[in-house]
Amino acid sequence: MKIKKGIPLIDQGNKLGFWGGKFGGNFVPETLKKPIEDLEALFNKLKKDKKFIQERDKYFNNWIGVPTRFIKLENLSKHVGGAQIWSKVVSDANGGAHKVYNATVHCLLAKRSGKKVICGDTGAGYAGKMLSMAAKKFGLKCKIFMGAKDIARQQPNVKAMKKNGAEVIPVYSGSQTLVDAVSECMRFWVANCDTTAMCVGSTVGPAVFVRICGWSTSQISRELKVQLIDEFGSIPKKLKLYNCVGGGSSSFGFWNEFIDYDKKQCEFIGVEAGGPAKSKKHAAPLTYGSKIGILHGAAQYVNQNSDGQIEETESISAGLDYPGISPLHCFLKDTKRARYTAASDEQALEAYKLVTRFEKLRPSLEPSHAFAVAISESKKLSKDTVVVVNSCGDAYKDREILEKRLGKKYVKSN
Amino acid sequence: MLNPISVAFIKAKQENRPALLTYTVAGDSSKKESLDILKSISKNADILELGIPHNTPVADGSQIQTSAYRAIKNGIKVNDIFKIVKDFKKIDKNKPVILMGYYNMIFQYGENKFLNNCKLSGVNGLIVVDLPWPENKNFAKKCKKKSIYFIQLLSPTTTKIRLKKIIKDAHPMSYFISMLSTTGGKLKVSPKEIIKNYTKIKKINPKKKVVIGFGITGKTIGKLKSADGLVVGSAICKEISRSLKYRQNPVTNVSKLVKKLKSKTI
Repeated sequence: MKIKKGIPLIDQGNKLGFWGGKFGGNFVPETLKKPIEDLEALFNKLKKDKKFIQERDKYFNNWIGVPTRFIKLENLSKHVGGAQIWSKVVSDANGGAHKVYNATVHCLLAKRSGKKVICGDTGAGYAGKMLSMAAKKFGLKCKIFMGAKDIARQQPNVKAMKKNGAEVIPVYSGSQTLVDAVSECMRFWVANCDTTAMCVGSTVGPAVFVRICGWSTSQISRELKVQLIDEFGSIPKKLKLYNCVGGGSSSFGFWNEFIDYDKKQCEFIGVEAGGPAKSKKHAAPLTYGSKIGILHGAAQYVNQNSDGQIEETESISAGLDYPGISPLHCFLKDTKRARYTAASDEQALEAYKLVTRFEKLRPSLEPSHAFAVAISESKKLSKDTVVVVNSCGDAYKDREILEKRLGKKYVKSN
Repeated sequence: MLNPISVAFIKAKQENRPALLTYTVAGDSSKKESLDILKSISKNADILELGIPHNTPVADGSQIQTSAYRAIKNGIKVNDIFKIVKDFKKIDKNKPVILMGYYNMIFQYGENKFLNNCKLSGVNGLIVVDLPWPENKNFAKKCKKKSIYFIQLLSPTTTKIRLKKIIKDAHPMSYFISMLSTTGGKLKVSPKEIIKNYTKIKKINPKKKVVIGFGITGKTIGKLKSADGLVVGSAICKEISRSLKYRQNPVTNVSKLVKKLKSKTI
């Protein structure tokens, strides 16, 4: 299994949509074959269409507000006392997280295909919030599927979705989190694919959704490359890119432009959600050696029992609380291009405390997982090592959890 | 020897009626009860579909989901399902049984081992909801070697070219999904429209049998009689849930329901 150079990773799948011959694919009910093929044809055409790219860039520039900042965390670096720690503040993007790129592209595609309704899943609520924003912007009706447990713990985003005119449909089956929301959204699409477009909220699902999402979030690394060269004159000799990994959309977008670099120069570190320290449940299939299985239309490493039932996950971070992982990350893991590890709920909270103590930055619980590992590894790294953490979400949505776990002082200035 | 599924179609045709296919979830609400239901409905049903419960079923509506979650909660494993089929076949060895499920369950069990156990326990056909054509080509070949029908699914969204290709590769039975819906949805197209689509498929190769499923209940089954076979699933699962809720016996209630369904196909 090898990564080809000079070809975007999203286009390295085989005819049936498998990366490395075994990750991804299209394990879907017959009813979805046609809508997926249509979407594939449309996407393959438009991603080569200069006018479409211009249109995308227009909305990215004027509406999402790119580029997002690339900043040095001086105080945190000093405190840690090792590598220089930087952050790509993707939470600057309109709406407060990277999910806006994928949502915008899906709405543009939906418009082109003449669909009037768009449905989507959400865990932390960011994918849903951004889709509701984009749908409103482009005049589409919007339905968001969200686990009942997530609705309770991510209220600020639920309110935002409703304010944008989206219908938020609570999902009560299974663990009532992201995995169930994605299933229910796919069911809705099965029944309404003639009138409705579907936006899968991460680099998961049938192959075309993995590709569209990866293509959209790659905006992050395109910007970062320019920003690194602006700052250092060239891509630093020792560069380490830390990103949290749930479904894997922000991390893939954060790394995409650097995949062809030697990993000795540019290392990728994906941080999964290890769950509460005392719990056996986690959302870290790559770190804890889960087996390959089929979930939501794609073959991937996934938490499951010996029979093939998908296992419940547990994480303080709703956005990472997913039993599977993008086929792109399975491929990056097996080709050893990226390294994956996990941070516990408690480690993420500690990292949040540290970052907010030293910097004017409030990473949500998802990127706080990445900060936890970046901070701990930076201690042992040389000063010429450039550590960059993707702060892909803003903590505003987590204020209730943060207040409960850390006390009021950690949320007041938001 | 002819696959009992084909025998069932011949018999139904002779009686000038569609074959009646029932769907229940293996282990719903317990292993024993699930077996008892099969035994009690087998005199009125021509082909028995038995669902392999899965906890992330992307094509199933709430009734079948409820049945599946109930079965999983009560501890059903894939090996238990083979045992149920085997025990059933001891009593009614010529009654065709089809297992229906999601690919991950087969993938984790191992395709070859799964098919061996299908053969040993007496399974006659397989429906894998999320293994569409052409992805299912290899697995379908393996099934054929074991004389097990791999049943292709067809949908109103399946294009004409694709229909032809699938039917060409199809084993003697295929399954037409009546409408855009998960299982158990309310019938949102007219029976006339469904039969029109069904006839288009039949014209491609009249010898190959096509059954219709999704949204079929006691109310609609009578209007679809011209098909080779009709599948009722969610309505039966719903009856099990209802019986449990009112502390009635699901076995007798389901048996009565299937008898009634049969009477409407004659």
